[in-house]
Amino acid sequence: MPARSLSPELSLPPTALIRNFCIVAHIDHGKSTLADRLLERGAAVSRRDMREQMLDSMDLERERGITIKAQAVRLHHRAPGGAEYTLNLIDTPGHVDFTYEVSRSLAASEGAVLLVDAVQGVEAQTLANAFLAVEGGLEVVPVVNKIDLPAADADRVAVEIAAVLGVSPGEVLRVSSKSGAGVDELLAAIVERIPPPRGEDSDPLRALVFDSYYDTYRGVVCYLRVRDGRISTGDRLRFLATGESPAADEVGVLTPRAVPVATLGPGEVGYLITGVKEIDRIRVGDTVTRADRPATVSLPGYREPKPMVFSGLYPSDGDQFERLREALEKLRLNDASLSYEPETSRALGFGFRCGFLGLLHMEIVRERLEREYDLDLVATAPSVAYRVVLPDGREQEVRSPQDLPEVRREILEPYVRALVITPSTYTGTVMELLREHRGELSSMQYLTPERVELVYRVPLAEIVFGFFDRLKSSTRGYASLDYEHDGYRAADLARVDILLNAVPVDAFSAIVHREAAYSYGRRLVDRLRGLIPRQLFDVPIQAAVGSRVIARETVKARRKDVLAKCYGGDVTRKRKLLEKQKEGKKRMKMVGQVEVPQEAFIAVLRVDAD
Amino acid sequence: MPTEGAATRPDDPSLADAAASLFGAYLHVPFCRRVCPYCDFAVVAGREDQAERYVAAVTAEIERAEPFPSAPAAVFVGGGTPTRLSPVALARLLRVLERRRGLAPEVEVSLEANPEDWSPAVAASLVAGGFNRVSLGAQSFDSGVLAVLGRRHHPREAEKAVFSAHDAGFASVNVDLICGTPGESPASWRASVERALAAGIDHLSVYALTVEAGTPLSRAVAVGAPAPDPDRQAERWEEAAYLAAAAGLIRYETSNFARPGHACRYNLITWAQGEYEGFGTGAHRHRGGTRSWNVRRLDRYLEAVEAGGKVVSGAETLGPWEQEAERLVLGLRRAAGVRAGAGGGRLEQSEAGRRLSAAGVLERVGDRLRVARPLLGDEVSRAVLALEPADC
Repeated sequence: MPARSLSPELSLPPTALIRNFCIVAHIDHGKSTLADRLLERGAAVSRRDMREQMLDSMDLERERGITIKAQAVRLHHRAPGGAEYTLNLIDTPGHVDFTYEVSRSLAASEGAVLLVDAVQGVEAQTLANAFLAVEGGLEVVPVVNKIDLPAADADRVAVEIAAVLGVSPGEVLRVSSKSGAGVDELLAAIVERIPPPRGEDSDPLRALVFDSYYDTYRGVVCYLRVRDGRISTGDRLRFLATGESPAADEVGVLTPRAVPVATLGPGEVGYLITGVKEIDRIRVGDTVTRADRPATVSLPGYREPKPMVFSGLYPSDGDQFERLREALEKLRLNDASLSYEPETSRALGFGFRCGFLGLLHMEIVRERLEREYDLDLVATAPSVAYRVVLPDGREQEVRSPQDLPEVRREILEPYVRALVITPSTYTGTVMELLREHRGELSSMQYLTPERVELVYRVPLAEIVFGFFDRLKSSTRGYASLDYEHDGYRAADLARVDILLNAVPVDAFSAIVHREAAYSYGRRLVDRLRGLIPRQLFDVPIQAAVGSRVIARETVKARRKDVLAKCYGGDVTRKRKLLEKQKEGKKRMKMVGQVEVPQEAFIAVLRVDAD
Repeated sequence: MPTEGAATRPDDPSLADAAASLFGAYLHVPFCRRVCPYCDFAVVAGREDQAERYVAAVTAEIERAEPFPSAPAAVFVGGGTPTRLSPVALARLLRVLERRRGLAPEVEVSLEANPEDWSPAVAASLVAGGFNRVSLGAQSFDSGVLAVLGRRHHPREAEKAVFSAHDAGFASVNVDLICGTPGESPASWRASVERALAAGIDHLSVYALTVEAGTPLSRAVAVGAPAPDPDRQAERWEEAAYLAAAAGLIRYETSNFARPGHACRYNLITWAQGEYEGFGTGAHRHRGGTRSWNVRRLDRYLEAVEAGGKVVSGAETLGPWEQEAERLVLGLRRAAGVRAGAGGGRLEQSEAGRRLSAAGVLERVGDRLRVARPLLGDEVSRAVLALEPADC
């Protein structure tokens, strides 16, 4: 690597001049646009150095093929008094499934900009994340965004935010991230209100890995927040949770381009490349220290991610199993919350039982696997993790309907504390919907006369099976949802099996509340009847709980499947037609003697299909 | 044309297999009064002004064709509507063909005809010209169904055509019926089959109405017209098979029934993977392991022949495995089935083959395989084509 002269401006600012913050916002409330505005104002390098710096960085990229995702960006801000501040903007994901990732971003920050759309108002998930920030001891800077929209009601929204945070409406800033109005005031507030990081330069190094990603050329790239001490290129490191002890090949900051620096000190945010290539060896949330002078106490902020939703992922083409394994390994590098273990299905062959934080997470993973790794997947019905109490009193976790023991004392199912914020006109609708999903009201509070906050205890499985979509559609998209894990409770659950020609199709089994067993069984049987092509014999489709059949349909045997015409000697055409039909056959999976089209698995298991 | 001897059953395996070494000739006549809504053959309506030119072109094509391997044992003039040409023109084409290498003794000479173009005089002229088998496109004996099919003849005309064909001396008379036409009732279908059989036909072809892409019928179905129901067609076919058997007509191919001695030899050649030459628009041929076909458009065909150029628009030569698969696919259409051979053995061993055997669709009789449930024949064909290629 050629020697580089490092810009003095990019090295070791005193902690008093550092502010680390994240932006907490609901999807579409303008977080990215605001980030762009902040980037423009606070270009990380001075104008004088800009050109040289950018070119240098581009060379770096070209040389090594690095593209760093802008997960944490360093900004410069010159305060009116002339002081030069370093602002680190740390990205947060914006969905209910990713509370865990949000908590990591928060753990790397001292403050959070709470961004609320001046039209939409406060949403459940924004609020949940704001609470997380408050609980984490972060300074919250409330901001109403999109104040220049015709339908904006900044005053009302400011009152709403103030009520939630217990501040005065006057403390709520007003911004248009589109036009840039109010952005300077926001920068001033970030500097004034958010405390500088505290950390001891002389203490042993402790830095939090708050994100990571895999680069083909450089291996694992970690995003770090230094708490105490210093990390320098060449240091021998130790990761407290994993015990790995690689050397720091390169440390640097993102401007947003990757710029190597000699050292990162207390309060700083940057990246670390260690040469570790194996994706399992570095865990997001781990604490990095120095091997020669190790810290002993890990930083808070790391929680073992707990998958809540499970689904089997199978390659449509059995030959793709190894590719699926490799793809999952790669995805897991950036996504510590993804878990998977090999699983075998009679219907689908070899695949993986995967654990996700939630349904959205599941869909994102599946989409990435299909798109980025060019896989064609079949996903089984999502399930939550149940606890089954065995006759001897032992407890067993059940992540797949197949694993449900026949003999058991009881089944405990996971519950969540669900927070729903809705316009008050939809209160009745929302309460009815939650009741249908076995929810129990814990509390109800009017944020303003127009907006209600409802807190329910609901089985997680109910949320998993399409609740969010139903909530959105029954409130015209106005209600918002957030939830957190809230223990287990005994429930009257049953496993519904689907049998094709008397052969159970494991991929379609589901553990459902006994009262919902019939409707689940009926729905699947009806859908399958429309999806399974006629065979050489009658195919009964049954839904059963244990040995009791609760719903039944029959796909009648095919009677005619032959082209009568001879086409006057045109043998070629007939053969081509058959060849084409044969291709369709290839996409069939055999379940016992029954041919089931690949699409049937997907269509039947689609949660929202009805 | 009692070429097989009056006692030969049409489903006799030796008859089926012997056709493999016979040579056939096909002549296409594209002209029609009008184009039926379900038809997707190479046909033209209202172009009879080109008839003379067309006969000249086909004559030239026959004269230029590769030498025949043997004298044709079967000639088939199809269309279109061959009877849009005069009996004299048709006879002249037959003579042109004969000049190449003669015709086999007891050659079968078939033509297709529409009842509306038929008359005792036409029938007598055709017999005089050398034709001995006619296939009448009756399609139905229900005037409502005929209207849906776009056929303009009266049911009684079809009946009279059968009589006059026999009277004129045709040795074999076939009637084509189409089942599953929208508007057809179980009773009207039954009546059609019974009336055809009662007219004394020697051969019956039962075709299920098929919606072919690009036809007026497919456009009508696309915008909501009723499509043929395959279950109803299965019932119709089963009833026809029952009635035909009762009248002494034996099923020898998926759609074809005949009295002993009246199997269509030209079609037997096709199903036995035999060789045949084809002349005229869209005609297909099978020579020396290559299948090829002519241009379909009348104008392009005429221009090409007149310019002394190529009329072949496409060709394919199958490898040894593809040929073996094709032998099975074609041969399994016959009630006589096919000698199992290498490919048949592999079919039986395959997972799909075992399922088909278990379901009673595929059947082993000695060294032969046959499809016991002919209405599911395409399922067997797909299983054959799905076999991994192997050395043969």
